[in-house]
Amino acid sequence: MKPFSYVRATNQNTAIQGVADRQSAKFIAGGTNLIDLMKVEVAQPDRLVDITQLPLSEIEINSDGLRIGALARNSDLAYNPEVRSHYPLLSQAILAGASPQLRNMATVGGNLMQRTRCYYFMDIAAPCNKRDPGAGCAAIEGYNRIHAIFGASDKCIATHPSDMCVGLAALDAKVRVAGSNGDRIIPIADFHRLPGDIPERDTVLEQDELIVAIDLPNSPFAKNYHYLKVRDRASYAFALVSVAAALEIENGTIKAARIALGGVAHKPWRAFVAEDILVGAKPTEETFAAAATATIREAKPYRHNQFKVEMAKRAIVRALINATEKS
Amino acid sequence: MVNSDNLNLLLKVNGTQHTLQIDPRVTLLDALREKIGLTGTKKGCDRGQCGACTVLVDGRRINSCLTLAVMYQETEITTIEELAKGDELHPMQAAFIKHDGFQCGYCTPGQIMSAVGLLAEGCPSDDAEIKECMSGNICRCSAYPGIVAAIQEVRQMQPNL
Ligand SMILES: Cc1cc2nc3c(=O)[nH]c(=O)nc-3n(C[C@H](O)[C@H](O)[C@H](O)COP(=O)(O)OP(=O)(O)OC[C@H]3O[C@@H](n4cnc5c(N)ncnc54)[C@H](O)[C@@H]3O)c2cc1C
Ligand code: SF4
Ligand code: FES
Ligand code: FES
Repeated sequence: MKPFSYVRATNQNTAIQGVADRQSAKFIAGGTNLIDLMKVEVAQPDRLVDITQLPLSEIEINSDGLRIGALARNSDLAYNPEVRSHYPLLSQAILAGASPQLRNMATVGGNLMQRTRCYYFMDIAAPCNKRDPGAGCAAIEGYNRIHAIFGASDKCIATHPSDMCVGLAALDAKVRVAGSNGDRIIPIADFHRLPGDIPERDTVLEQDELIVAIDLPNSPFAKNYHYLKVRDRASYAFALVSVAAALEIENGTIKAARIALGGVAHKPWRAFVAEDILVGAKPTEETFAAAATATIREAKPYRHNQFKVEMAKRAIVRALINATEKS
Repeated sequence: MVNSDNLNLLLKVNGTQHTLQIDPRVTLLDALREKIGLTGTKKGCDRGQCGACTVLVDGRRINSCLTLAVMYQETEITTIEELAKGDELHPMQAAFIKHDGFQCGYCTPGQIMSAVGLLAEGCPSDDAEIKECMSGNICRCSAYPGIVAAIQEVRQMQPNL
């Protein structure tokens, strides 16, 4: 690990100032991603601004929905009674990720900002455009089993590894951000980027911006929902493919639908084509298969991840069946 | 703001305050083992992937390898050394011995701390749920059946669970 100076922020403004004047300064929250990357020198901040003492860990229900402080720990969010009753899909998604110890440490802000698990990104001996812009991408011609099937570019085919963010994408979350130039609200769909020509940027967050909270709108999806995660072992592994499915069913017809996929793109992948097919249809297996088939039509797999296409299709159908059977 | 390159740090471990002078790079795990000399907490992967380094912070289980010691001032850290009272084992330690919850023993301090943390969180009752709640602790010797049996026994001893 490279040397760095450590600063403990006592309020939001000093936290933001602490990273604004230095490109290589970083916030640290749970540390579960950043310390890991610092150990292998993929991240080399020269200053860490500890934000864990900021009063940003409240989870509050209000008339518009739910506000989740950026420093709420993943386990506190998943087990929060309001979240369990109004947003059980989010709870299920979080509990599918990492381990109890890690969820006790990991924060909501850190989870949004966690970096890809691409093995070449994690290995400083390999060329990687995300880590070292212009160096090339070892994954495109390499062992790309865990990589993207949607929205990749010829610069980077990495995936975003989060489960929580897939749940947030399905629930139309908004990310509240504070920065040197004021505050802004970023819809979750715009928060993470596709790699394009600048794969080094995972999100639209600027260096001098701090995530302060996530807002969830009131949700009709507390009854028919399912988070399905397919991985190499039963627990404590990242998703090969995951699906957050949520339906609002009225009089035997689907009134609203949300499908978001994890492990398949540089960001949580909302399957809008599937949602369009589902809305107005009956919740039958035929409808679900049609929605899944339409989703994978735009898939572009690589040499070692072709299996993900069929897996994504079946996972969408299975998640929707499970969501329907919940009521 | 506190700003420093080599800092003085007060860590409360097992009820005792320790004054340390450390580089901010030192993980909580290394501070416990190398600076304070509490070597019961083990280093397996050092990357958050095995659970050998599990300790309790304010009663909650965490991986001490993926976090910095400087971030844990003003908290209560509990390690495996704190569980037995003299010669009297903690019920979880006794249950691990009774049910053969280990073979080589390397993962065991982490398993036991995790199990104690799990009971404090409110433990689900069936074996499948206990396994899921213990998924953050890998055992290379695969002593899993004994570990689950040990946790079940201690869980049932606790009247309100
Ligand atoms: C072994 C292992 C298995 C895992 N398995 C899974 C899994 O299955 N599913 C899953 O979803 N995740 C998994 N994770 C990842 C885990 O969820 C993330 O590491 C965690 O959510 C990061 O949160 P943190 O608070 O620890 O972030 P940190 O490590 O503290 O920070 C990560 C990044 O976020 C930035 N940051 C933190 N807070 C803010 C803020 N408020 N505003 C702006 N920037 C901020 C930091 O500067 C840093 O760049 C796993 C991790 C490990 C180590
Ligand atoms: S896929 Fe992206 S992260 Fe992985 S090696 Fe290529 S550029 Fe780097
Ligand atoms: S040593 Fe910390 S999880 Fe393996
Ligand atoms: S007892 Fe050997 S690793 Fe668990």
